[in-house]
Amino acid sequence: MVISNKPLRFIIATLVACLPLMSFANSEVDSTKAVTEVAHEATTEGHHEGAHTEPTDEKSKIKAFIKHHVLDSHDFTFTQDDVTGKHYGFPLPVILWDNGLHIFSSSKFEHGKAVAESNGNYYVINHHDGKIYRTDVSGKITEDEKTGFPTNVRPIDFSITKTVISILAAALLMIWLFSSLAKSYTKNGGIASGAGRIFEPVVLYIRDEIAIPNIGVKHYKKYMSYLLTIFFFVLFLNIFGLTPLGINATGNLTITFSLAILTFLITNLTANKNYWSHIFWMPGVPKAMRIVLAPIELLGVFIKPFSLMIRLYANIFAGHIVLMSIISLMFIFKSWIGSSLSFGLSFVLSILEILVAFLQAYIFTMLSALYFGSAVEEHHHDEAHH
Amino acid sequence: MDKLINQFEFGLFFWQVVIFVGLVLLLKKFAWKPILDAVNDREEGIKNALLSAENARQEMQNLQADNQRILNEARAERDAMLKEAREMKEQMIAESKSEAQAQGQKMIEQAKAAIESEKNAAMAELKSQVSTLSLSIAEKLLKEELSNKEAQTKLVEKLLGDVKLN
Repeated sequence: MVISNKPLRFIIATLVACLPLMSFANSEVDSTKAVTEVAHEATTEGHHEGAHTEPTDEKSKIKAFIKHHVLDSHDFTFTQDDVTGKHYGFPLPVILWDNGLHIFSSSKFEHGKAVAESNGNYYVINHHDGKIYRTDVSGKITEDEKTGFPTNVRPIDFSITKTVISILAAALLMIWLFSSLAKSYTKNGGIASGAGRIFEPVVLYIRDEIAIPNIGVKHYKKYMSYLLTIFFFVLFLNIFGLTPLGINATGNLTITFSLAILTFLITNLTANKNYWSHIFWMPGVPKAMRIVLAPIELLGVFIKPFSLMIRLYANIFAGHIVLMSIISLMFIFKSWIGSSLSFGLSFVLSILEILVAFLQAYIFTMLSALYFGSAVEEHHHDEAHH
Repeated sequence: MDKLINQFEFGLFFWQVVIFVGLVLLLKKFAWKPILDAVNDREEGIKNALLSAENARQEMQNLQADNQRILNEARAERDAMLKEAREMKEQMIAESKSEAQAQGQKMIEQAKAAIESEKNAAMAELKSQVSTLSLSIAEKLLKEELSNKEAQTKLVEKLLGDVKLN
């Protein structure tokens, strides 16, 4: 690597230190929004073109739009025209398991406005959570009074949603990119060529700076495939999320949950005796302490992947919400000063989000490597670790 | 928290796990393994090349050092030889000088001895010559003197007179 260690670590440390500032920025935005909300409600009275169920004033419309964006969706909509109600995008296949397989196109829902019929069952998309519920011909959804969640039956939804399409796209991109990189080595005499060669230093960085220091030279090889895949997967999906395509895959709890659970499984399935003895019978501490420590350590086993899941999800999710809020401030302010200010702010924030995209991919990989390292750590008592 | 849990979608989880695990396995076979192997090979190659270059350099240095050592040795040998030769020369000169001197001295001594003996011989001859000559002269004189009476008396007187004086 050309980049030396120290400045890079310093930059990363600075970035981590700056992260809390983002949440401050978030709350500030919220307060401005609250102010504009008051002003707005006073001034705007019903310029609305949407359907009756849709929110009427611009602020809540934006809110609904942001909420809709961060959730998964059954069709791929790039943009929509509120006046004509036309959506620009394409429908995706819906696959439901509800006492039998139901496969139909999501265009049947007409963007949540219609009830879809398939093999005698009726389904509708609830516009609060964007999920499919079984219903009757009228498309009625009954809501639980306490929690506000629908009480309708939910079929198991194997639909190829927007998120599935985006992870599939990321996967195909990675396969193309890295297999062409791999082929270029044999063709070009051991030197990378083509589009993939930009990523060769990153691959080397993951090997030399993440895998080897955290796992150790002896064991790192068997984890390399997973670490490299997860790094580029998270990175590409983070970057996808910053494009105007409106994808939010790594800001989806299910995705981060599945990534975290894979790290959890790999950690615990490849762990050696030393790892388990450190959890249940900590060496080097008094016996009474061992009994106290065991549940704490056991809890740690589950907290570690949980923190992985929440960290990635919350960072990307919050980033999307903040960025979209600031962008939409432009339309709320509708003044030269306010709009250009929020444009500048969103520009700066986008750059920060690019950094966050790299940083979160790095942190996820780094921590996974750290957990793998602890799982295969060799037995050595003399050193005062823990 | 309820909202978070409600966000979990089993179908999406299923697809994500299927796609991701498939991705890991596919990339492992078609990308990561060849890439890491190629990079490793390249690194090994570079390391070996550097090592052999270093070895060659070391060898070169050794050779140079050897050459230098041999040169130095040769120089030292030459110097020693020259010095020896010089010493030998000086010794020879000194030797021959002293020998010549001794020879000369000896010859001088011999010459001196020869001269002395010659001189002695010459002196002895001279002495005998002088004595015979003076005897013959004395004989002749005596013969002549004693031929007349008067002269004999005169001589006797004279001799007597000499004796008296003594």
